[in-house]
Amino acid sequence: MNRHMQYLASQAAAGKLSRRDFLGKAAALGFTAVSANLLLSTAAKAAGPQKGGTIRLGLQGGSTTDSLDPALVTNTVGLMVTRLWGETLVELADDGGIEGKLAESYEASADAKTWTFKLRSGVTYSNGQNVTADDVVKTMERHSGEDTKSGALGIMRGIKDVRADGDSVVFELDSPNADLPYLLADYHLIIQPNGGNDDPAAAIGTGPYIMKSSDMGVRFVAEKNPNYWGDLGNADTVEIIVINDDTARVAALQSGQVDVIDRVPPRTAKLVDRAPNITVHSTSAAGHYVFIMHCNTAPFDNNDVRMALKYGINRQEMVDKILNGYGTVGNDTPINASYPMYTELEQRQFDPDKAMHHLKKSGHDGSILLRTSDNSFPGAPDASALFQQSLSSAGIQLDVKREPNDGYWSEVWNAKPFCTSYWGGRPTQDQMFTTAYLSTADWNDTRFNNEQFDQMLVAARGELDVAKRTQMYADMSTILRDEGGLICPMFNDFVEATTDKVDGFVEGIPGQVLMNGYAASKLWVKA
Amino acid sequence: MSPIVKLLAQRIALSLLLLLLISVVIFAGTIVLPGDVAQSILGQSATPEALANLRAELGVNDPPVQRYFAWLFGAMQGDLGTALTSGQDIAQALSSRFWNTLFLAFWAAVVAVPLAIFLGLLAVRFKDRWPDKMISAVTLASISIPEFLIGYVLMYFIAVKLRWFPSVAMVNDSMGLFDKLNAIALPIAVLTLVVLAHMMRMTRAAILNVMQSAYIETAELKGLNAFQVIYRHAFPNAIAPIVNVVMLNLAYLVVGVVVIEVVFVYPGMGQYLVDHVSKRDVPVVQACGLIFAAVYIGLNMIADIVAILSNPRLRHPK
Repeated sequence: MNRHMQYLASQAAAGKLSRRDFLGKAAALGFTAVSANLLLSTAAKAAGPQKGGTIRLGLQGGSTTDSLDPALVTNTVGLMVTRLWGETLVELADDGGIEGKLAESYEASADAKTWTFKLRSGVTYSNGQNVTADDVVKTMERHSGEDTKSGALGIMRGIKDVRADGDSVVFELDSPNADLPYLLADYHLIIQPNGGNDDPAAAIGTGPYIMKSSDMGVRFVAEKNPNYWGDLGNADTVEIIVINDDTARVAALQSGQVDVIDRVPPRTAKLVDRAPNITVHSTSAAGHYVFIMHCNTAPFDNNDVRMALKYGINRQEMVDKILNGYGTVGNDTPINASYPMYTELEQRQFDPDKAMHHLKKSGHDGSILLRTSDNSFPGAPDASALFQQSLSSAGIQLDVKREPNDGYWSEVWNAKPFCTSYWGGRPTQDQMFTTAYLSTADWNDTRFNNEQFDQMLVAARGELDVAKRTQMYADMSTILRDEGGLICPMFNDFVEATTDKVDGFVEGIPGQVLMNGYAASKLWVKA
Repeated sequence: MSPIVKLLAQRIALSLLLLLLISVVIFAGTIVLPGDVAQSILGQSATPEALANLRAELGVNDPPVQRYFAWLFGAMQGDLGTALTSGQDIAQALSSRFWNTLFLAFWAAVVAVPLAIFLGLLAVRFKDRWPDKMISAVTLASISIPEFLIGYVLMYFIAVKLRWFPSVAMVNDSMGLFDKLNAIALPIAVLTLVVLAHMMRMTRAAILNVMQSAYIETAELKGLNAFQVIYRHAFPNAIAPIVNVVMLNLAYLVVGVVVIEVVFVYPGMGQYLVDHVSKRDVPVVQACGLIFAAVYIGLNMIADIVAILSNPRLRHPK
């Protein structure tokens, strides 16, 4: 009889038997509803991804000013849409490593300066054309030209030359870089026919879906690509609706109009999770909320002032009150466990005595001005007020100045000596450090200038020995923690939610939003 | 030329002149706005080179007067330019948004206007008795609550709890009329609640004002019942102020529903405008401003014309 039940459950899980019929039959066989339901959910998981149906996502961050051109993608909606129709050469794997997408395999020369990516054969674009090595070369050129507006320009700078070699593509670098595959996994670098030079926003690519309608900042509909080479893409149709208002997004999930939402407000996430048909997923991530000091501007040019402020912040309180627990404490370095080759450093604690000691040693007198605004990160003014309080217990007076949201990124951030800000994560330490902590970086928003740090960064980049690299990155994080201008109290989790209509959500793909942007094609609709 | 045609021609000419003046104000206003479009487009990820490249491409360095006339002549021919941010043709992008906004405004008006006038008449008929007081209390309460709050409350009870209507008012071309009406049911309800009180009160006040006239007494004396007096004698004479307030509210339904559009995720002009304001996309802001001004002026012009046509003294000036 038990075997018969299991058979019925697998039938129900596969959609050949309705849930109601199954429960009816189970009751007839003498099973209680609870045990029958349990059996069914186990069978559903065991049955694995189911094909078909429509999956609907309500996402924050889209705007009518967006473009389908992958070079210009700046937000989550753009990322999710790009992932539907296009693909990169390589991609982050679930374990934080690298897996091939359009490139079947890759290899580096011993000095990590020459990289060869072998293309997967027989892959076609949604317009029927074959993917060629020349397309890859053109794509890379489009993103790295002098006049490009591509968001990937920064990471393309170290590439000297890209050339086609039969069905392979060869990258020549200025200097050794062991992280090139991570750089090429950047979501802007979608391979397009002729590099996207003809019509960058045509949305013609090799992805698991084909765009059927794209209304910027409003709604996107995509249908399964029948000729897709891989096994991604469970639902037949994907619908992405842009819902920027937090309350409206949660209501859309609760009323069943969408199956997945992102950015559940941490303040209400626990309430949302209480509904029986909704699951809230929290993914620890590399993004962090920060207070940044210019290391070359008084009084922050004195490391004792910086240390006083670093000891005067209560990190756990910030995680509890600003993130409502949906996050982890920071340690004044931008690196956390989301990164490969991570080494845990000793955690800096809130210590008013040490803060006072360092301030006295610095000889600084008077108050310190912090600038903040609502859009520097959600809850930034509140976090500034908490910082003010914790500092005052160390006898340090912090003045908080509220700046307008409008123009914050041009007038305050990277311009004023002490302000609140945020950083999204980067896939590797090298990228994070190169983007913001190298003394010559455009976005060196802490004006950090440390010769030793710069040298180690270049050396680590060319180091293919993982153990040595790991040690180098640990040393660099230590330098930043003890000398840098970054006060990093917290890493914010991605808080996302699904209804019980869909299954397959995997939490913990390191540091990435919505299953690294693949939620639409990896989730499935339950029968 | 009959005086009435002349009067109408004057009205229309004045409206056009006003629109022209407003176009100057809109253009000048958007020129003096602080901020840099290139910085806004690139956001936190702007590098100096990328900024310079983008600024040159957007051509934001020509003299303003030259840009104004180029823009004005373009707008007259229906060419509103291209959006700086996405490079799309504005007229094309705006038209579907504008129709969506009109669609919502139209159906909200279809519900709200007759309801408001009917409630106003009812309030007059039962002046100072409980129906009058109840209608006033309910409509005044609904106008006093912020519209987004009404939106959230309706969303919670009707969409999430009862599941009668969707909370996301997403419409698109592939939907039939019934599906569209189902999708916008909640925004219509909120808009109705917001504009009801104003129109209802004005109807009530205008008719009560007329009711004190001698000819109303005459009508009563000749034996008409209360509703007939209101309907046959009071309403036609009170029509001018009522049309005025109706037009003002219709204009509000078109140009003032940004908050409702955001709350219900409705793809109308308001959301489109807000997105482009935040990105400093000046041509789009100008185009939206011009269209909103035209709608406002046009509806007020209609109200004026109706007032003229409905008033014998204005129709036959001495």
